[in-house]
Amino acid sequence: MDKTFFREWITEIARLVDARREELTRLDTAIGDGDHGTNLARGFGAALEALRSADPPTPGEVLVTVGRTLISTVGGASGPLYGTAFRRAGKALGDALEVDLAGLHEALRAGLAGVQQLGGAVEGDKTMVDAFAPAVAALGEAVVAGKAMGDALAAAAQAAEQGSAATVPLRARKGRASYLGERSIGHQDPGSVSTALVFAALHRVGAR
Amino acid sequence: MKKLINAPENVVTDALTGLAAAHPDLAVDVAGKVVARASGPTPGKVGLVSGGGSGHEPLHVGFVGYGMLDAACPGEIFTSPVPDQMVRAARAVHGGAGVLYVVKNYTGDVLNFQLAAELLEDEDIEVATVVVDDDVAVEDSTYTAGRRGTGATVFVEKIAGALAEERAPLAAVAAVAREVNERSRSFGIALTPCVTPATGRPGFELGPQEVELGIGIHGEPGRRRGPLASAGELVQIALDAIHQDMPLSGDLLVMVNGMGGTPLIELYLVYAEVKRYLDKLGARITRNLVGNYITSLEMQGCSITVCRLTDDLARLWDAPVQTPALRWGR
Repeated sequence: MDKTFFREWITEIARLVDARREELTRLDTAIGDGDHGTNLARGFGAALEALRSADPPTPGEVLVTVGRTLISTVGGASGPLYGTAFRRAGKALGDALEVDLAGLHEALRAGLAGVQQLGGAVEGDKTMVDAFAPAVAALGEAVVAGKAMGDALAAAAQAAEQGSAATVPLRARKGRASYLGERSIGHQDPGSVSTALVFAALHRVGAR
Repeated sequence: MKKLINAPENVVTDALTGLAAAHPDLAVDVAGKVVARASGPTPGKVGLVSGGGSGHEPLHVGFVGYGMLDAACPGEIFTSPVPDQMVRAARAVHGGAGVLYVVKNYTGDVLNFQLAAELLEDEDIEVATVVVDDDVAVEDSTYTAGRRGTGATVFVEKIAGALAEERAPLAAVAAVAREVNERSRSFGIALTPCVTPATGRPGFELGPQEVELGIGIHGEPGRRRGPLASAGELVQIALDAIHQDMPLSGDLLVMVNGMGGTPLIELYLVYAEVKRYLDKLGARITRNLVGNYITSLEMQGCSITVCRLTDDLARLWDAPVQTPALRWGR
């Protein structure tokens, strides 16, 4: 995977987030501030602009640029959390021009660690971590099993999707939804849905 | 939804343009979304910076001026500002004595201010952060992100601002801000939801005979939904919750705050009930605010914030202040 692959990934995320902006905002209206779709669409739109004007030379720089842009434009909790995820993942890639599946897994693991360090959430708290962590784990297993890229990314995307769906019966313990207590039960966490989109985009680009 | 706007995505910048035109005492960076005192940084004075989502006016931009904030960073509606704004604000107000960030306990606000403080570590600007978390409506805070920061933010900004004006060092200004937070408690009640311009839909549904008890500043609930009751009964629910958490006695500073859609006649009526309740306890209201200070767009309802004063806190509360939304003694 080269820098073009990573740019296409970000482009696909931006497209998916924009297409499902209303849905993300609707989910966030139920248990949050009702701005998740709007904010993320603004952030990934700005990230695409930044990539166009800066044209970073490596996969790592692509992700660091995206991370910085998200931190500078999204706001709320998702700006720092998504921004940190991409920035840390990009830094973990170093200045390599090509990244293999194992390298991608390591980078995403670093991104997840950054999110958990900043937000303090663990699996089961009803946050983006509930999609992020199983996706990284599934990707890790696929690497160990020596799976082909398309299959490995499909497994990660599916794990993220399942992890997100599993947030419905949970009671939120982090972020704004936690203030609803019992009343957060029965709603899918919007951050986990957008994280599942990030992995769906990765799978789509990898399957091309 | 009917609102006086041009386009949903330009609400914040259009409002800042108006703020700049209305208040020549303020230096408004519309594109960068930073509102600071036009007089620039005050040499030797701790710079007070706060910020948070827009839609809570006059908080925070209305409290920038002599005796209170040096700068505020307004985010998008109900969305915390981004670290760039907070860094720009700190640079704009740094007078050599450091900067105090006053942060409401909301995950987004806390995270963005945390990143901003990290960025400033490299710039020789000393930053201290105070997190306000006064909302007693959040009951099981060990299982949540903690109590929310609501009305006490106004008290913290005013009192810490007064001490900063006396050229107290950063540690002392941060300490008094924490003291005010520790001595303050809030409880909010909503009669109706509000509509954010971006979605055009109410943030939650509330029946005609229902109230939401324990709301935060976006209308998010904290305790339960209950039947609409008289102002006296609702005040009792709010003050019982506060009194149970922090026994109310001695000299008190009380704010009856409108959420944006409730007229002053109702807020004064509520204030009478608050006074009646506190009189029974033998506590004295020696300072008060009644009006719209930390709102949620056009939501109907109110919040009650109480601070147990000391002589020193009362003196700092009385100190001169000159901002768009709070002004006395100067």
